[in-house]
Amino acid sequence: MGSITKTGKKKTKSVIPGFGLSFGITMAILSLVVIIPLCSLIVFSSQLSFHEFIETVTRPRVLSSYRVSILTALAASAVNAVMGLILAWVLVRYDFPGKRIMDGLIELPFALPTAVAGISLTHLTVEDGWVGSFFGKFGIRVAYTKFGIIIALVFIGIPFVVRSVQPVLEKVEKEYEEAASMLGASRFRIFFEVIFPEIFPALIAGFTMAFARSIGEYGSVVFIAGNTPYETEITPLMIMSELQEFDYASATSIALVMLLIAFLILFVNAVIQSYTSKIVSGIE
Amino acid sequence: MKQAYVELRDINKTFGDFRASDHVSFSIQKGKLIGLLGPSGSGKTTILRILAGLETADSGEIYIDGRKVNNIPASKRGIGFVFQSYALFRYKTVFDNIAFGLKIQKWQKADIKTRVEELIELVGLKGMEKRYPNQLSGGQRQRVAFARALATQPQLLLLDEPFAAIDAKVRTELRSWLRELISTVGITSIFVTHDQDEAIEVADEIIITNHGRIEQIGTPMEIYLKPTNAFTAQFIGRPTIIENISRFRGFEQAPDHLKAVLRPECISVRKKQEKHKKYEASLEEGAVEQVSFRGSDIELKIRVKGSLVTAFRQIGEPEITEGEKVDLFFYRMYVLDGDNAYTITNQALTVEESVYRI
Repeated sequence: MGSITKTGKKKTKSVIPGFGLSFGITMAILSLVVIIPLCSLIVFSSQLSFHEFIETVTRPRVLSSYRVSILTALAASAVNAVMGLILAWVLVRYDFPGKRIMDGLIELPFALPTAVAGISLTHLTVEDGWVGSFFGKFGIRVAYTKFGIIIALVFIGIPFVVRSVQPVLEKVEKEYEEAASMLGASRFRIFFEVIFPEIFPALIAGFTMAFARSIGEYGSVVFIAGNTPYETEITPLMIMSELQEFDYASATSIALVMLLIAFLILFVNAVIQSYTSKIVSGIE
Repeated sequence: MKQAYVELRDINKTFGDFRASDHVSFSIQKGKLIGLLGPSGSGKTTILRILAGLETADSGEIYIDGRKVNNIPASKRGIGFVFQSYALFRYKTVFDNIAFGLKIQKWQKADIKTRVEELIELVGLKGMEKRYPNQLSGGQRQRVAFARALATQPQLLLLDEPFAAIDAKVRTELRSWLRELISTVGITSIFVTHDQDEAIEVADEIIITNHGRIEQIGTPMEIYLKPTNAFTAQFIGRPTIIENISRFRGFEQAPDHLKAVLRPECISVRKKQEKHKKYEASLEEGAVEQVSFRGSDIELKIRVKGSLVTAFRQIGEPEITEGEKVDLFFYRMYVLDGDNAYTITNQALTVEESVYRI
């Protein structure tokens, strides 16, 4: 009897040890790397009055840079969602020689300095480059257009989609497909009605990560974009040019807008993820 | 003889070096509920999957309703299949899960609604149409899987370990529920199980599999009381293997060095002072080594002539304690003769009783 009652006053400790230490480290890293730099953005931009702030971030050239950035990032992420899904599908579902190498190549855009990617992509897509000359025959210019920006962003974003979809696709139980086919479903139907809902959350996560990355991408884009004002100027470039004029307040103001866009994207992703995980976990 | 509804002819299937089906042949009458019973790895699920078309046989023929279906894909065979893990579509509601097959068959929306509601009523899940599978208990999920498989009115229903993932209490309820439901719907059904109680309780007929082969086919009673081969004799019930059975009274006529299976229900245990001892001349004396209370009865481990046998005793009967000397009477044993088995009955039961009675 006596053995069970005495624990009341002492704080109940978690079963897994080391929470205090690991949580402390987590907070320290998060503050150093993420929160403090982001707060400094707000501090810097608060040097401007609200009116000046609005004026800075709504200059016509800046506004059109938002449009370029968002549209190209959206287009590139959409392409990546489709291509990344196909790549992940091939890597998971089929066996072929060189599969391992192909799997390893997926991460290359992560490893390569983005400027290197930008320069080589530009070199390929200028009018007398290998790819550029081919498209040139049809009167399509690639380098120094939005099309070129999209190509650079596709290159940057593809690993995000592949690496989010791949592990989930691997875990899709064969039984779901078998159950569907026992009910008479065609392969097309099985994919869209049974497999796709399973990998949809991962696809959305990959899409938003690729999008968030694309919208902030600078290195690979500046070379291929050509940076024509109102046409192919991306927002990060606007920030850079403000910085070159030592106008830190304007630079951080524009950066703050980008931060808001990034938050919005991640928020939408979080909403979708929590909705789908609610279905899967069964918690209302 | 009635024409078989499902027939397998000499099916063979190997996975690498593993023989999953080894010359499997059997036929099933329409409307029967068949249990495929065997230890794990005995090839029972493979048989089910070959029938469903989820696996292709290396050789042999499959007939369903007189039609050869070897080259018909699973999606066109029109068979209902309930998976062990149910494989309910997680992102679809109960309603949409059940309606899936109907939508593929391009039923009218109103007809789908009527049919699904009818099925939900049938499996007793009214009011749960809008739930997702993960908001249901194991038993409820099984009911949904069952309704989904029945939705398109297939003529054949296959169930792979239908009760394996359900806890013991609910399992017994579901067993009788399924048994009733199948007879209501009147569908020919085959289910796979490794649980002999389940097979004996639920099935009209049992097919025993082992190492990819079919060992015995028969009604639960035949399987239980007349095992025709060594595997079945040792697999069913709670067998104890006894060496050299001719040393026991009542079995002296058996050839020397014969091995046999002795089951608890074939042993009668009496206390030394118990009166009305039938077959007195054929009793064996044993020492009780262990007494364990099992709830519904008492299990005794008794050493008799060097062999340890297991016997049951009813709760109400006079108590037997560990270390006590008791009298045993063996009704019958199942002799293991190579791969075959046959029943041998205590002579006291076959020879005129008066000789042995005192």
